[in-house]
This record gives sequence, structure tokens and C-alpha cells, in this order.
Amino acid sequence: MRMRENTILRVAAKSLLPFFFLFAFYVQFHGDFGPGGGFQAGVIFAAGVVLYGLIYGVDAAKAVIPKPWVEVGVALGVLIWIATGVATMLEGGRYLEYGKLDVAHPVHGQHLGILFVEFGVLMAVASGMTLIFYLFAERGR
Amino acid sequence: MFAPLADWASSLEALTEHFPVLVVVLPMLAAPLCFLVRHANLARAIGGLAAVACFAMVVQLLGRVLDEGVVSYRLGGWPPPLGIEYRYDLINTFVALIVSAMAAIVIPFGQNPRAFAVPPGRHNVVYAVYALCAAGLLGMTVTGDLFNIYVFLEISSLSAYTLVAIGSERRALMSAFSYLTMGTIGGLFFLIGVGMLYQMTGTLNIVDLSERLADVSSVRTLSVAFAMLFIGLSIKLAVFPLHQWLPNAYTFAPPKVSAFLAATATKVAFYVMLRVIFTIFGRERSFEQMNLDRILLPLSVAAMFMGSIAAIYQLNIKRLLAYSSIAQIGYMTLGISLNSESGLVGGIVHLFNHAVMKGGLFLAVACILFRLGSVKIEDMRGLGRRMPWTMGAVLIFGLGLIGVPGTVGFVSKWYLVVGAIERDLHVVAFLTLVSSLLAVVYVWRLVEVAWFSKASEGSSAQTVREAPLAMLLPVWLLALASLWFGISTDHSAGIARLAAQQLLGTAP
Repeated sequence: MRMRENTILRVAAKSLLPFFFLFAFYVQFHGDFGPGGGFQAGVIFAAGVVLYGLIYGVDAAKAVIPKPWVEVGVALGVLIWIATGVATMLEGGRYLEYGKLDVAHPVHGQHLGILFVEFGVLMAVASGMTLIFYLFAERGR
Repeated sequence: MFAPLADWASSLEALTEHFPVLVVVLPMLAAPLCFLVRHANLARAIGGLAAVACFAMVVQLLGRVLDEGVVSYRLGGWPPPLGIEYRYDLINTFVALIVSAMAAIVIPFGQNPRAFAVPPGRHNVVYAVYALCAAGLLGMTVTGDLFNIYVFLEISSLSAYTLVAIGSERRALMSAFSYLTMGTIGGLFFLIGVGMLYQMTGTLNIVDLSERLADVSSVRTLSVAFAMLFIGLSIKLAVFPLHQWLPNAYTFAPPKVSAFLAATATKVAFYVMLRVIFTIFGRERSFEQMNLDRILLPLSVAAMFMGSIAAIYQLNIKRLLAYSSIAQIGYMTLGISLNSESGLVGGIVHLFNHAVMKGGLFLAVACILFRLGSVKIEDMRGLGRRMPWTMGAVLIFGLGLIGVPGTVGFVSKWYLVVGAIERDLHVVAFLTLVSSLLAVVYVWRLVEVAWFSKASEGSSAQTVREAPLAMLLPVWLLALASLWFGISTDHSAGIARLAAQQLLGTAP
């Protein structure tokens, strides 16, 4: 049976998808000081895209998240992560010394640093996973 | 939010303070930039600039290490052993110098577009992967944290598989896959070893680890951890008989990639092996409790012979060089297994010398492939007359592989033979010399084909021109280095001796 005729899967996937992305962001922002989470959140986010692609077709997924975006996203994610480290050095700290990002309140700096770095990780991982899915789905077409 | 830029630029002092971390950050920053610019030459400029800057920074750091001793950098400001520390002592700064120098020689001079299976418009990707590989290798070298070594090992390995896989021959994919399989198994062994050490000591900082291991009495877990680390690194280093991945990977990768990997990837694995054996476990434990020399010595001698004999029978010059690499790795591990200062100096200085020779040889092969379009030895008949500069450099490196006095190869073999005689291992010293004679055979094959046979009628070897200057320049840079460091050994063997003393703990 063709996937587009499979009503139950289509309806179920559609109602589940918002929760995928919500859960991804929950994992991302859970806890203020805890490093980590970006990778898992990225994978969950990408899993949402993959599910959408499996049920509605890769072209539909690419219409939502175009392939050039994810290609740039991989590099940009890494760049954000490194740039955070460089920013702390410009502020007179050591590489990735988050406290220096906000000199008056080092604790805020720690917040900021982890926020930036984890955002970079999320972006790189989500884009990377999605890109792998796109590349495999394109094979043999 | 940020301090004024002019202010920052004016104080170079503040910047030098960050050199230890910038050595890794700069190529890692270059990688995504190369990917994003989508223009091959722009990417080459970015990657090349990062590599040259890295080299300059490592030179400065080496001077600092020679003057002041160990240079340590705390990432994120966290003090070791809790935080990650980049720690420069003599041995790893020396290795970082080799890695960054090779990157600075391979990346800026451009790549042969036909050597890659990447469409010309996307050639920036090649430079991105090069930069990533360099970042991983440099990170492995300079970090003082054992788990960090594993992370960088994966970064460098994954990008190395990619570099091999994008070679233009279809078989590159297959050889990259077997490289990936073996490399992953090696990485896994290493990781299990790291996990066991962590479980026993609760620390990952190498210096802290070595201090805490002194109090650990459970010999069995320690032996297993040692075995795991040793086997994992042996795969990465391609110690006989765990070398199966190497000949195919070097043969089907683009020649400049082979030059880069041959001169850096195995060298860094060798460095990590030195670290594990001498710094973490210590000489006494490694050699007296684990009897490392009884395993490594026969394997090294076997590698010397098996690699050289296999090289003699190859029809493809890249495969010949790959098998010769296995033999040369045998000389390096022989230096460890001799368990003496001279032996270790030989091993470390051969690490440098082999990087110069094999890097140069593969770059010369890149010239041959560029002009001749083939790397089969039989197609190279009479090539010595058509491409005298390229083949002249091949001859110089070849003499180095044999170990002729006046070339770098002689220096390392001298120390190895002296080390073997000091340990009363006269048979080993004799076998080292005999295996050099095997190198004469395979180097002579190249000389004979290039100069003493005539190009067959109508073959392209009759009409080819000398390689362009941009390709000859790096080759001759290394050729002159191999002559220079063969005569003036202050900088290569001198630093190697100090590094060996530091590793053995016999520094004055």
C-alpha cells in the first residue's frame, strides 16, 4: 500500500510531530548550568524531520527544511561553538571561559556561554542528522 | 560587550598566551569557513593561512618549551586535573611541529582536481576536511587529557577516512571502508583502555593519571587496560600484523592526501603510544611487568622485513611506498622496544625523518600523477630525463629510506643500531642493517626504471613536461630538509634526545 493512502499513519504522525519538536527544545533548555543536551536535542529534532520525510516523502520534508539550509547549518553550528570560545578569549578569558562573557555577573556569563555553545551543538547535530537522511534518501533515485 | 579590537591587537603578549589553544582552534575554525565559502581557491587561502599560522605558533611554542619547560593552558579556566589542560612538553611540541609543517606544505599549494571524486565546484569541501583532519591531529598531540585524545582521535580519523574515500578511483571507497572498519576497532580498543584507567583512578588527566597509577595495586585490570590501549594504538599506527588497512588506503587516496596522512596520522598515533608506555604506565611497568619488549621487538623486526620485501614486488609506486611505510613504522617501534635512551632517540628522530621522506615521496608521486596520469612503475620508464627535478627528489628521498650517510635516514638508523648494540642485541643491529639492504632493492627499481630504461615508443613518458613549480616547491623543500637534517642534527636529533630524556625521566 502506498504511504499516501495510509491514513492512520499520516494522522498519527501529524499529531505527534509537534511533540517531537517540543520535546527537542525541552531537552535543549532543561537545566541552566548543565552542559550537554544539545546533542540529544539535535537528534530528537532531526528524528521529527525524518519521520515527516518517511510518511510524507522526502520532497515534502525538503520543502519544509531545504537541503542547502542543513548543509549550511552543519558548518554554522560548529562555527557558533568555536566563536563562543573565541569571544571569551577576546574578553580576556581562557578559551571557553564562559564567566568572562558577562564581566559584572560571571554567573550570567556561564548561562550565556552554555546557551550559545549548546545552540551551536543543536544546530550542527540536527542539520547533520537531517543531511545524512536526505543523502541516503536521494540514493538510487 | 567586546573589548575594543585595536586594544587587543596592540598587545601581542595577550595573544601569545593563547597560542597553545589557537593551534587547535584555528584549523577547526578554518574547516567550517572553508565549507561555507563555496569557492575552491578562497577555501584554499583560508585553510592554507590557518595551517601556516599554526606552524608559526608551534615554532614559537617550541622555543618557549625549550626555554621554560612545560607550557600548560587551562581550557575554560578550569584547573587540571578537573578541567582539560593543553600541555606542551618537548615530545608533543616536536610532533605538533611535524603535523603543522606538513599541513602548511600540503594545503596551500593546491590539489590536483582530477585526483578527487568531488565536482570542481565543490572543491572547497576538500580543504574543509583537510583542516578538520589537521585540527584533530594537533588536538590529539597537544592535549593533556586522555579522553580528549580519544575525541580528537575520532575527529582526525573520520576526516582521514573521508579524505581517502573522495579519491577519484572507485576502489578508494572500498579501501576507505576497510580503513574505517579497522580504525573504528582501534579507536574502540583505545576507548575501553581509557575507561578502565578511569575506573581505577578516577582521573583522565595524563599527569595526574600517571601519579595515581603508582598506588594502584590491581595488576590484572592494569594489564588489560595496557593491552587494550596498546592494541588500539597499534591498529592506528599500523604495526605489523595490524597493518592491513594501510596499503590500500595510501594507494587509492589522492597522492597529496597520502603524503599528509603518511607524514602525520601514523606519527601522532606513535606519539600517543609513547605517552601511554612512558608517561602513563612508566618504563618499569611497561617493560618489566608487561614485558612489552618481548612482544614489540619481534613485531618490529618482522615489520621491517615484511614491509620491505612486499615493497620490492609492487607494480604501483604508491603501493610500494605504502609497504615501505610499514617497514619504517617497524623502525620506529623498534626504537620503543629497545628500552634505552639511544633507541628511543632513534624512534623519535625517525618519526621526524620518515615524515620528511615519505611526505616528500608522496608529493613527488603527486607530480608524476599530474603529468603522467599514471602511478604504475612500468609507465615511468625514462621519466628521469623528462622530469629530472621530480625524479631527482625521489632519488634523494630514496637514499634516505636506505639510510645513506648525509641523509636523514642515516641519522635514525645510526641511533637505532647504537641502541641495539648498547642492549647487547647484536642480532637486532645486524637485522636493521640487512633490512636497509632490502630498501636498496626497491629504491633501485625506481632508479632503474626512471634513468636506465628507455620510454617505450608512443608512451606519454616520452612527451611529458616537468611538473609545475607550485608542485615542485613543496617537494624540494622537503628534499632539502632531508639533506639538511641528515647533516646538521642539532634540531632534529638534538630535540629528540631531550624529548627522550624527558619521557624516560632521565632529564638532567
